[in-house]
Amino acid sequence: MKVLLAEDSASDRLILARLVSRLGHAVIEAEDGTEAVDLFRETQPDLVLLDALMPRMDGMEAARQIKALAGERLVPLIFLTSLSGAGDLARCLEAGGDDFLVKPYNRVILEAKINAFNRMRGLHQALSDQRDHIRRQNQQMLDEQRTARRVFDNIAHTGCLDAPNIRHHASPLSVFNGDVLFAAQRPGGGTLVFLGDFTGHGLPAAIGAMPVAEIFYGMAAKGFGAPDVLREINRKLRRILPVGMFCCGLMVEADFKHNSLRVWNGGLPDGWLLRAGGDRVAVPSRHLPLGVQEPDQFSASMTVLDAAPGDWLVMMTDGLPEAPNSGGESLGEEGVLSVLAGLEAGQEPFEALLARMQQHTGKPELADDLTLCCLQMVRAEAPEAMPDKIPESALTGPADWRCVYELREQTLADFNPLPLLLHICMEVPGLRSRSGEVYTLLSELYNNALEHGVLALSSEWKTSPGGFSRYYQERTRRLGNTDGHFIRFSLEHQPREGGGTLTVVCEDSGDGFDFTEYSDTVMQQQAASTGRYAGRGLEILRRMTRNLKVHGRGNRVEIVYDWWFPDAAIISGA
Amino acid sequence: MPIETRRSDDGKTLTICVEGRFDFSTHQSFRDAYEHSEPTVSHYVIDLSDTTYLDSSALGMLLLLRDHAGGDGARISIENCNSDVRRILSISNFEQLFSIR
Repeated sequence: MKVLLAEDSASDRLILARLVSRLGHAVIEAEDGTEAVDLFRETQPDLVLLDALMPRMDGMEAARQIKALAGERLVPLIFLTSLSGAGDLARCLEAGGDDFLVKPYNRVILEAKINAFNRMRGLHQALSDQRDHIRRQNQQMLDEQRTARRVFDNIAHTGCLDAPNIRHHASPLSVFNGDVLFAAQRPGGGTLVFLGDFTGHGLPAAIGAMPVAEIFYGMAAKGFGAPDVLREINRKLRRILPVGMFCCGLMVEADFKHNSLRVWNGGLPDGWLLRAGGDRVAVPSRHLPLGVQEPDQFSASMTVLDAAPGDWLVMMTDGLPEAPNSGGESLGEEGVLSVLAGLEAGQEPFEALLARMQQHTGKPELADDLTLCCLQMVRAEAPEAMPDKIPESALTGPADWRCVYELREQTLADFNPLPLLLHICMEVPGLRSRSGEVYTLLSELYNNALEHGVLALSSEWKTSPGGFSRYYQERTRRLGNTDGHFIRFSLEHQPREGGGTLTVVCEDSGDGFDFTEYSDTVMQQQAASTGRYAGRGLEILRRMTRNLKVHGRGNRVEIVYDWWFPDAAIISGA
Repeated sequence: MPIETRRSDDGKTLTICVEGRFDFSTHQSFRDAYEHSEPTVSHYVIDLSDTTYLDSSALGMLLLLRDHAGGDGARISIENCNSDVRRILSISNFEQLFSIR
């Protein structure tokens, strides 16, 4: 050890220096405080022995300066003093001294003190090394998380979270706290949103989030509805997550055409439907979280809610009600509810909740493990063609073909053929840019055949207040008996200069309906005033196609749909 | 000790009591409590009389116990929950997997 010894009395200095060097330490000698500080700076000693009373600069001041120079390094500083008053000795320690040694010096005590401080120094060094190590590791982990986040973003892009009717708060690193938030436009209109909260933190939670993102965006783009997506996520998570890890989640499928919301909540705090009129409807958790149950036990049954443009659906992870304030108290679900109950007409729930959270926590930034999303119902718009450029791979593929696909019996209840049929059509070069329109055509034909043909449901229920829920219940009940029924799709595609023609015939085994009245109105080239038949979707089909024919007893509908390449594609595709 | 276990006289029922916070910090001792139990144990009782708080990692631990005890055939009852604990169990719909009394 290097020991700095500052003592103005030459004889005392000599005695002490000899004592210390006999203990095996190197001694650096200073005659006063100023020299002690200078030598400290030059030689970086490990321990300092300092006389309290010295000329030029006394020990107290030297101690302050030396401690300041040492910074984070622990340099034990022992005062040498002939003072014996308690107040004087205390001042030595207040000035930064770690201990004192009273003259005359006792060799045994000096040795014991030097050894004790040497041990303390070693301990301090070990702690500092470990702290630096942890700091480096933490920095490395944060760097890795940022990189991983970029990979994750490429899979779980923001989807349509930036749509004007969606407000959300999700921290950029929230995925490492187990929170995920996805939103996608469904082909043919409507929005699908999923908010999830994995158990655990860090890497395991983030890894679990990856397949959920892939499944969500992949299936949503193909036209699968919420129950199918949920079943698939549950199946996947059940298989890949270790027992004890799972994902609480809330999925909502907003249907702007029928003004309805279908919601599934498994383990998240209550979601809330806030009607423009001021009503509040809770959407409590009714299911086990995702990844807990085997696929055959999993229930994807959705709660159906009637909603109108302007209504909000609010969903959140438990980080929001559980966020602590400085006193450790959380807002609680009651606190959330009181914010929602206090909303004024036209006030957005998102802003109000965030403002309340900031007030509660006293911090402008919200924690990473808190995700909030509000979805507003809007008026249905015509499905938009995707404006994206057509990738090269979309310009080769089958263009001239015909296929027949028939669903029978129980399969009518168990299986949704739309993603499959859409997939077949999307193989046609260039038609992918029209996936929204094609999905709408197929789904209107299918729903018409299933609901009004096979199940003989009355579309008038859907127009009455609260009727959609009743309609939906009846639909589920009647799906229990589809004996002897079928729906048959015949699809045909032919290429044309600059585009193609898709012909779809949809037949069903139902009793049909009185369509003569409908045909009459079609012949009169009427405006969109056929309110009575709007439920049959025929009006939408008529507007989107070149030709619509209703045959037989009304249970055979044929459409002819012409489409063209977007301008840019004609050049490269010609 | 935040976790205590006791066995019934016939050796068939293992009762695990969790004291204070039931969260990730009790992970190892909770596992030890049932993994080292006798093979004669066929029924588990989780006594939460003295549990003040329960988080999602505790839910995960309950699922691990359920798996250990035979999955769907497991006989596990969760007893004496306070209202906060009860609320967390019911948000996650754990009454479908455990008998909660």
